[in-house]
Amino acid sequence: MRIGVVTFPGSLDDRDAQRAVRLAGAEAVALWHGSHDLEGVDAIVLPGGFSYGDYLRCGAIAARSPIMAEVIDAANSGMPVLGICNGFQILVEAHLLPGGLIRNDHGDFICRDQVLRVENASTAWTNGFTEGQEITVPLKNGEGGFIASDDDLKRLEGEGLVAFRYVGVNPNGSLDDIAGLTNPRGNVVGLMPHPEHATQPGFGPDTRAAMRSGVDGLTFFTSVLTTALQRAS
Amino acid sequence: MPTIVVDVMPKAELLDPAGKAVAGALHRLGKTEFSGVRIGKRFELTVDGEVTDAVLADARELAADMLSNGVIEDVVGVYERPVSEQ
Repeated sequence: MRIGVVTFPGSLDDRDAQRAVRLAGAEAVALWHGSHDLEGVDAIVLPGGFSYGDYLRCGAIAARSPIMAEVIDAANSGMPVLGICNGFQILVEAHLLPGGLIRNDHGDFICRDQVLRVENASTAWTNGFTEGQEITVPLKNGEGGFIASDDDLKRLEGEGLVAFRYVGVNPNGSLDDIAGLTNPRGNVVGLMPHPEHATQPGFGPDTRAAMRSGVDGLTFFTSVLTTALQRAS
Repeated sequence: MPTIVVDVMPKAELLDPAGKAVAGALHRLGKTEFSGVRIGKRFELTVDGEVTDAVLADARELAADMLSNGVIEDVVGVYERPVSEQ
């Protein structure tokens, strides 16, 4: 399985995402924003960071970069696409997911280990979880406040398109505690927290068992391997 | 140079944390006559040639499409900058 990770100017966590892909047992393929070539990958990760310095709006310029034409086509034909943090903002700006992300309601950048509840465990990137499962992954953003129109919000809630919700603390003022979304087909998932930072013992969030031992994020990447195998067969 | 101005504001019903922070600072400075601040964006599109209706229409489309995000912002003005200000 080959999973592509797109690097935009200002991407930060592309290497971490590649590492997470490898830890899950797949081949990580570096993709470039200026290219139109997806290099035959089976799934795509849009990583975190500050593409184009967050100029215009977070993710707005990256959403209009050359490779996004191919990413949008691939997503619309069912290829699994995961957007993490800035990647989520890019997915929203590319209209692959609804709503928008605005500056945290308290105005501060926040960095913490965040508990999330998996609300939809039947997406391409969450099928290894169980519905209602609580996981801990790092969260780090300044503009992570999810908003949507009342109609969109009703649709998201009614159709089970909320993939993750913040538990305990709403760290940024997101409506309905929404941390991440999926599309109706379940192949596109976007979230503000960073699963790729919770994939290797010694470098993840603290758990009750041991410091830095949290690897809840790895399941995103193993889930998509299951999905990709099903798609291939 | 002929210039088209595009003004974009965060939607009125949304919290504007940046504006709120500035409003707080004004309040601390004793400028109590200003009860609120909202911060938007102004784009100046320099036009190579004359600003025709077609160019303005193009700018309007761009304003709605790329320069703003309709979920969180409103385009509040797209107009040619008056010659007297150029």
